Amino acid sequence: MSHKVIVPIGPYHPLQDEPEFFRLYVEGEKVVDIDIIIGYNHRGIEKLAESKHFDQVAFLVERICGICSSSHPYAYVLAVEDILGQEVNVVPERALYIRTIVDELQRIHSHLLWLGLAGHFIGYNTVWMWAWKYREPVLDMFEMITGNRNNYAMFKVGGVRRDIGEEDVPILKKTLDELVPAIDMFHGAVMDDPVIQARLKNVGVLTKEQAIDWCVLGPTARASGLNIDIRKDEPYGVCNRLDWKVIIEKDGDIFAKTKVRILELYESVRIIRQCLDRMPKGPIDADIKDVPAGEGIGRVEAPRGECFHYIKTDGTNRPVRHKIRAPSFMNVASNKVAAVGGTISDATITLAAVDPCYCCTERVIVLNKQDNRKVMNGWDLIKLSQEKTNKLKEELKDGRTK
Amino acid sequence: MDMRDKIKERLDKKIIAWEEKSAKRIYFSVAKEEIFQTVKFLFRELGLRFVIASGMQTPTGFEILYHFSDDSTGVIYSVRIRLEDKEHPQVESITPLFPAAEWIEREMWEMLGINFRGHPNLKRLLLAEDWPQGQYPLRQDHES
Repeated sequence: MSHKVIVPIGPYHPLQDEPEFFRLYVEGEKVVDIDIIIGYNHRGIEKLAESKHFDQVAFLVERICGICSSSHPYAYVLAVEDILGQEVNVVPERALYIRTIVDELQRIHSHLLWLGLAGHFIGYNTVWMWAWKYREPVLDMFEMITGNRNNYAMFKVGGVRRDIGEEDVPILKKTLDELVPAIDMFHGAVMDDPVIQARLKNVGVLTKEQAIDWCVLGPTARASGLNIDIRKDEPYGVCNRLDWKVIIEKDGDIFAKTKVRILELYESVRIIRQCLDRMPKGPIDADIKDVPAGEGIGRVEAPRGECFHYIKTDGTNRPVRHKIRAPSFMNVASNKVAAVGGTISDATITLAAVDPCYCCTERVIVLNKQDNRKVMNGWDLIKLSQEKTNKLKEELKDGRTK
Repeated sequence: MDMRDKIKERLDKKIIAWEEKSAKRIYFSVAKEEIFQTVKFLFRELGLRFVIASGMQTPTGFEILYHFSDDSTGVIYSVRIRLEDKEHPQVESITPLFPAAEWIEREMWEMLGINFRGHPNLKRLLLAEDWPQGQYPLRQDHES
């Protein structure tokens, strides 16, 4: 009796920051199938990397993503150092600490960014404003360490490009100290809020079996009970010398993903504090001249999951083949199971829950078989989602829901 | 018995070459006809996580590396197959085994022109619809 209606979201994703096209097949409110169409942002970076020398490639891959812009260069230099004989044997001590600090700072800013967006999608604009407010000092820390708020240009084969000044360390520590109460606040406000629980629990569920089959990564995998964290599995930098733990949740829903990310903020702060305390003095660059022929793999735990780089070299000064696999490549595909079975108003947050990396303008069209068209822009879609939250709030006030 | 022994014992003579570049990087080659069963064994029986596959052109044809991660030890097992066909390389698809391989096979198909037999949805992933047929951007002879 019901006919399938197609709701296209994209090709400019109305909510986030990169073009991507989701074609939702819906029956009534329910999403029954989904097509994911990507490629609008394909820039041919793998091909380009073959024409750059080893120093340049680090800058090139930094431009893959503006949010986790240290993960790609880090994974790339690890891949080259894998050919040279592993990071710890090649890179000076102090540089290992600086690498870890930059990597973890990036996790904090990325998770706060996601938390803000997620809050916005479900109608908690205060969460949005506050999360981004507290992200600001993190970017200031980046500016202090690297000279840039984004695209840090810190990584090079054999070390890092800039040192952390002794005079900066107390300021960095103080900023971190001030960040912790803010995380506490989010932890309390988000985890204990009954409406957020009603909105996010049992929504967009990815079971453990599905997580294994779709090979998802990062917080998406850890929220489904998979113990995958490259920082523990194959430690890089100084991750294995510090005291911290991997956050794992079992439920696989969006609430679990949120919880994983919030709790990881604490762990990242812990890691950075320990690094700042223990960082030895010394050189920051091993001054590598040549890269021999060979093949190497580097991977780091980006905020969204394992970032993987494979490099093949032939003894010249450029890679013969450079394969890059960003975590979203696996995570976004898993929306195929996570979004199906949910409603359209939940689709916005579900599709965003894996924290995909995109670029956005606003435009969505709703079509049906009778060809009556209704144009919904990004704001309409967010409104749909926010209305649901408001309804839940009202119901909760009346004591009608559990 | 650790993972590498299990692999060696089970695959035994099917392994053409075995190379341990470091304690955490193991590369081994199998014949292209064996790839489906090999991947099935690694993924389903040993429970290794599929990381990605990387295809590249070689002087004699093409090669594909299927990277698998053992997350309990941090070792990456990369299975190498060679496709000795310069124009129309093809190999059996592993997507029927698990959905995570779908996108990367589509990518290798459009970028390198490797045909994956038995792929349920072999269509373009990244290239535009109006990209000319038969132009494979990651082949060496493609002008960038």
